[in-house]
Amino acid sequence: MNVLVEVRDLVKTFDVSAPWLNRVIERKPRQRVHAVDGISFSIERGTTLALVGESGCGKSTVARLLVGLQAPTAGEVHFGHRNIALTLASQDAAALRRRMQMIFQDPFASLNPRWKVHQIVAEPLTEHGLVTDRAQLKAKVGELLQSVGLASVDMEKFPHQFSGGQRQRISIARALATEPEFLVCDEPTSALDVSVQAQVLNIMKDLQRSRGLTYLFISHNLAVVRHVSDQVGVMYLGRVVELAPKAEIFARPRHPYTRMLLDAIPDIAMSGRARTPVQGEVPNPLSPPSGCSFHPRCPHANERCRVERPALLSLNGIQVACHAVAEGRI
Amino acid sequence: MPALLEVKNLRVEFPTRRGTLVALDDVSFDISPGEILGVVGESGAGKSLTGAAIIGLLDPPGRVAGGEIRFQGQRIDALPYEQMRRMRGKHIGAIFQDPLTSLNPLFTVGRQLVETIQAHLPLDAAKARQRAIDLLKETGIPAAEARIDQYPHQFSGGMRQRVVIALALAGNPQLIVADEPTTALDVSIQAQIISLLKRLCKEHGAAVMLVTHDMGVIAETCDRVAVMYAGRVAEIGPVNDVIHAPAHPYTAGLMGSIPAMDVDRERLLQIDGAMPRLNAIPRGCAFNPRCPKVFERCREQRPDLLAAGATRAACWLHDTSAPAVVGGTR
Repeated sequence: MNVLVEVRDLVKTFDVSAPWLNRVIERKPRQRVHAVDGISFSIERGTTLALVGESGCGKSTVARLLVGLQAPTAGEVHFGHRNIALTLASQDAAALRRRMQMIFQDPFASLNPRWKVHQIVAEPLTEHGLVTDRAQLKAKVGELLQSVGLASVDMEKFPHQFSGGQRQRISIARALATEPEFLVCDEPTSALDVSVQAQVLNIMKDLQRSRGLTYLFISHNLAVVRHVSDQVGVMYLGRVVELAPKAEIFARPRHPYTRMLLDAIPDIAMSGRARTPVQGEVPNPLSPPSGCSFHPRCPHANERCRVERPALLSLNGIQVACHAVAEGRI
Repeated sequence: MPALLEVKNLRVEFPTRRGTLVALDDVSFDISPGEILGVVGESGAGKSLTGAAIIGLLDPPGRVAGGEIRFQGQRIDALPYEQMRRMRGKHIGAIFQDPLTSLNPLFTVGRQLVETIQAHLPLDAAKARQRAIDLLKETGIPAAEARIDQYPHQFSGGMRQRVVIALALAGNPQLIVADEPTTALDVSIQAQIISLLKRLCKEHGAAVMLVTHDMGVIAETCDRVAVMYAGRVAEIGPVNDVIHAPAHPYTAGLMGSIPAMDVDRERLLQIDGAMPRLNAIPRGCAFNPRCPKVFERCREQRPDLLAAGATRAACWLHDTSAPAVVGGTR
């Protein structure tokens, strides 16, 4: 199949040690947090991979590594069969950046309040030298704004004149300016109200269809993920614990953590389905549990889970990292 | 049974230099003893403000400009500061969104609990401490005897919210106003806190006014729900009826825009536009510019809550006294 993005054994550690003097005086060791701990996946052209997980599981770090905002500690990201880290260091960096763009969570922080919408949306165009003529630039910006459901006259306004949902559309228009193939969306609708979230999700789906976009969609909301994605990866403490097609993961979740997440969703239809109560909290990522990092919260954990870290195994198209599933215990 | 809390025609205003903003207009509802009333709406609908007005904690220059709030028959909207202070905690408890800012970081959890208990109940120090430990145990904090002497920063987000719930229950209040108690928490913790809140309030016989933007939380928890839009109650009724057979077009739109877990839809139902700002609330029904079923009368006259099946909705569609309206004219 036509793979656009491929991630191999990606690792990112952050140094969170105390300052040098404290380390010397108080004899504290260096401390590193494994934000992303060896994850691999691939995204096919024109599809959406969603990464879900609770805060601190490393999903946003993955997003930043993919677009090259941060350099990985180890592992590789391939985009269209070329290594991102190498390409960004070469002369083709600009061409690569043009092909992938990012949409951020907070539409209030990601737009410059002193710039008019025109400047914001036109910046990628002028920066990459795609459009130089002023009249053409204006026409192009108007076109982009219309494609996300805003009016071209809106380009003369400042960001504060728009509501949250409209601002997020401006962010999308800016991301689309360079006609990218791949969009990384880091919680694009978490800051929005539900009725506005529906508008933004509909626009994103329409754009994917008309432009053949590929999305990496980061979210903690499983209902939103179910609506937008083709493949779903569930992350826990820096690792992918389950990676499966959407239909599969929601109909037959394998990993106990995926089951727990699905059980935790409030039941809006009030069907009265039986739910196992959710237990425990996400451990401190500075001192993750031994073996499978989910074992302290897992109802199926045994001695092996406490000692041995499970590898991500493939079972007919579904990848699961769980001893209990591999042994057929659940 | 007489209502525990009655809110009648409540109006809250914010005087500003450019004129008075009416943030809440003609809001009426009541809460029976032991009942859980959900208040739902998008940001800016006035749901938190309603809660703040009830517990007498409106931020100046906001003020109650009309209507009345009665608690057990007694008016509490114009109580002197000291009397209102005694009311809060003893009769009306409060839980806020961010558990970190509702606890004092300089005092141990135990000291804050003991202080609250002694302020409202005639207990000596040892007994108050015992009650504090019991409360922490009830809210599911492990090793409560040891953790009572820890500071808020030593607790995780979910544990802090448990402490806040213990604080709210400390004076044995008959009513708890919970303002987005789970919004700052991860999904798996959210489910725990919601079921805890529901169980404890039942055990203590406390009624709850649960303010949230999450319809799922409402569906799981509440007996009745009030949907707010632009400072007014758009619809109020039993939660089952409001969710499955919404009578107000806004409620219907809100429900349709939530991605569902059990139905596959290519596009979400969306309500175009955004909620009006307080200084630009349209004439007639505030929802009329976004309403798919708008007709002439909606642009002229403001609807009051009208009986609509099992619920009551502020919508002219349900006015049986008026001549039948043929279709929706736009």
